[in-house]
Amino acid sequence: MDNLSTYLIISAILFSLGIYGVMTRRNAVAILMGIELILNSANLNFVAFNRFSGMEKLEGQVFSIFVIVLAAAEAAIALAIIINLYKNLNTVDVDEADSLKG
Amino acid sequence: MGDLAFSGLAIMTIVSAFWVVVSTNLVRSAVALLFTLFGLAGFYIFLFADFIAAAQVIIYVGGILVLIIFGVMVTNKIDDPEVGSSSRNQLFASFGAVFILSILLTVIMRTEWKIGNITQADETIRKIGSHLMNDFVLPFELVSVLLLAALIGAAYLSRKDS
Amino acid sequence: MPISIFTLFLILPLASFIFQLSIGKRIGRNSHWVSLSFIFVTLCIALGNLFSEISHHSDEHASNLVFNWIDLGTFKIEHGFQLDSLSAIMLVVVSLVSFLVHLYSTEYMKGDPRYTRYFGFLGLFTFSMNGIVLADNLIMMYVFWELVGLSSYLLIGFWFEKDSAANASKKAFLTNRVGDIGMFLGIMTIYFFTASLGSATLSFDGITALFQSSFSSFTPADITIVTIAGVLIFCGAIGKSAQFPLNIWLPDAMEGPTPVSALIHAATMVAAGVYMTVRIFPFLTPQALEVVAVVGAVTAFGAAIIAITQKDIKKVLAYSTVSQLGYMVMALGVGAYQAGFFHLTTHAMFKACLFLCSGSVIHAMHHALHHLNDHKTDPQDMSNMGGMRNKMPITYASMLIATLAIAGVPLFSGFLSKDMILAGTLAYYHAHHGWTIILPIAGFGAAVITAFYMFRLIYLTFHGEPARKDVYDQIHESPLPMAFPLMLLAGLSLAFSFTFNLNPMDSHGWFTHLISEGINVVGLNMSQVIDGIHHAHHDAMIISLTVAGIGIGLAAIFYLYKLVNVEKLAGVLNFFGLYNLSYNKFYIDEIYDAILYRPFMWFCNLFSWIDWDLYDQKFIDFWGWFTLKISDGAGYSDYNWLDQKLVDGFGKITNKFGQGLKVTQSGIIQNYLLGGVIGFVTIFIIFKAF
Repeated sequence: MDNLSTYLIISAILFSLGIYGVMTRRNAVAILMGIELILNSANLNFVAFNRFSGMEKLEGQVFSIFVIVLAAAEAAIALAIIINLYKNLNTVDVDEADSLKG
Repeated sequence: MGDLAFSGLAIMTIVSAFWVVVSTNLVRSAVALLFTLFGLAGFYIFLFADFIAAAQVIIYVGGILVLIIFGVMVTNKIDDPEVGSSSRNQLFASFGAVFILSILLTVIMRTEWKIGNITQADETIRKIGSHLMNDFVLPFELVSVLLLAALIGAAYLSRKDS
Repeated sequence: MPISIFTLFLILPLASFIFQLSIGKRIGRNSHWVSLSFIFVTLCIALGNLFSEISHHSDEHASNLVFNWIDLGTFKIEHGFQLDSLSAIMLVVVSLVSFLVHLYSTEYMKGDPRYTRYFGFLGLFTFSMNGIVLADNLIMMYVFWELVGLSSYLLIGFWFEKDSAANASKKAFLTNRVGDIGMFLGIMTIYFFTASLGSATLSFDGITALFQSSFSSFTPADITIVTIAGVLIFCGAIGKSAQFPLNIWLPDAMEGPTPVSALIHAATMVAAGVYMTVRIFPFLTPQALEVVAVVGAVTAFGAAIIAITQKDIKKVLAYSTVSQLGYMVMALGVGAYQAGFFHLTTHAMFKACLFLCSGSVIHAMHHALHHLNDHKTDPQDMSNMGGMRNKMPITYASMLIATLAIAGVPLFSGFLSKDMILAGTLAYYHAHHGWTIILPIAGFGAAVITAFYMFRLIYLTFHGEPARKDVYDQIHESPLPMAFPLMLLAGLSLAFSFTFNLNPMDSHGWFTHLISEGINVVGLNMSQVIDGIHHAHHDAMIISLTVAGIGIGLAAIFYLYKLVNVEKLAGVLNFFGLYNLSYNKFYIDEIYDAILYRPFMWFCNLFSWIDWDLYDQKFIDFWGWFTLKISDGAGYSDYNWLDQKLVDGFGKITNKFGQGLKVTQSGIIQNYLLGGVIGFVTIFIIFKAF
């Protein structure tokens, strides 16, 4: 079980679920969760490739640290935007934010 | 034993992730995400990435997830504990997601992965530190600037209108 | 002769013209000094040229300056200047009279609002006239000929506020056109004829030389062509020199300022026709000369008769001019080449003098009437004058001298030249007999009448009792700038001026020395003509003295001593319609009106009716209506079908699609994301499938 493909499959499943969540959820916070899933699936890939390509160097892990950092920053910014959205529209339902509607 | 633990971990991760995206209650989604993140931390340990696993737990579970739950709380009325989260486009989105998954799976299955010399690494923290300070010093600094910018940006976005 | 002399004769007057028209107005009245000095320099050059011509006279043509004007290979027209004895004398005549008229005008035109323009036009005229004189070929002469006509037009109509002046200028211009068309046709005939002889040329010397060498081989048809060409060119002279039947414009031209009448319509421009005939004389065939002689005779006699009855002092002089020009033309017609040109020169002097004297009288009358605030009385009507010799002694003396000259009294220049002409007509009769008797009769008859009407003018104006005592008291002699030209011209009307010879009967002098007897290369035997004139000279002198005496005597009886009641005589003559015939100028104007003007207007009205009422109103307007209908139809189809259906249809279709596609722009990011995923999937499938 503990081989590369397994990790990759798990990662792919998480990725697809993340995509699904991003596309379907109406709540902005829920969309943010979907994005976290996508990022984590990528992280899992990094670390798994790093592990199965030998561990002389740990670039994959370094990259996953970067991704975590970016995810943290992204979560902070996203939440700030969501709060702003909430202030303006009194809701976090992205359906309401349809100024681009033609 | 290892396989069993691994299987349990995998099932927990995938099921909780699924729960994250389909649950109609946002708080439940957040709780499910907690399990997913823990599951992933477990995978990192399997992958001999102890530092990443720790960082995952500390940053994701301790930071981001708390942040998200705060977000859930401040954006919902306090007298309405039922924090709903409806979905749409489920059919098309699930087609799309399934299709992407099938592509990925096809790729994963068909590819002859080059497997290196699997060794058990020790002193991963020392190695990561030396990587960050040697090979990746520029991205490292950039990321720190990015964090600063995110900090200021988030503060700016969420301040009160003057 | 260097180029500069030719060009100076043209450039100086032209510069005067340009100066006066460009900046003269800003200088104002004093600008006449520029014109005066320019013309004076011209006069000095002309005089110097004449003296050198007299002292170094040789038979060869003095100098030529030839340059190409049009050169198209086989077609080639050369322009050129020619300075020989003829042009030397003519230049002096032109510039002298021009200068005196300039001087005279400084006083006469004082206070005129277009003072500088007047001097400019005089400069233009002098320029054009010098051009005619210097031209060595027909086409160049024609160009300046038209320029002279233009300046004449401008000066006759100088006071264009008066309808009569404006009409007179138009009449002069149009009448001259009739003659000029003939002249141009003649020039073309000559050109093509010389071309058919192998060397196309238009220069006077060239044509003469060509005809001289080839006359022996002329066929009768050739001679006819040359005759026709000569008569056609002579048509130009008929117009310009106011010969019958185109004499009608000159009396009307008296509407211009009097100095202009003296310069243009007495001394120089009208003489241009004679000058041109002198130039073409060598190749006028005897038949053509016959026409010339008859035209001249008719004009000389007819105009003299008209002059008898005119009341307007300038009209008398105008008809006198026509009559004298008839003399000159007749002289050329009978072959008296020298006499014709001699009379041109003497006539220029005494007729300019007469006109300037009449101008002086009119000026005085005008001022007197102006002083009396009388604007109804005509200052030119002789019946308002009388007894003015006491008030205007200089004018009287000058006018008397000029009148004696024109009447043909010995000691005065007119006697010499007129005598030669009359001798010429007598000689012509002696040579041809038959109908040619009318030439001497016309000549001597006109001489009687000339003496009569000129003294009538003198007596009516200067003798007798003043017709208007109040006006008479206000008359003053003209100031020096006007009196000086009179005296100088009177002096030049003496016979002595042209001969330097104290014998008053002898016409031999510098003039005859300078001007040859003339040559003719197309059939006229000049030596025979000259012999005839020589023999007839004695008879002619006696007859002309007699007729001059008769004319003066009759005038004295009628007007000085009033022994015959003129009114009654006029009434008796009028019983036969004769008085009115003369007074109304033989009804030539009325005849033209009846046979030319009215039918012309009738035709014009007819064509106007056809053009406007039929063609324009019916035919053209039909097309307008038709076009309107088509436009209506096209507009309807354009708007209702093309615009409303087709063009708007496209708009509507686009709108429909837009409305439909608008749905996809939901503004919901997730839908876009979904679309992106579906697109990715689709592309992937497509790439996988193919």
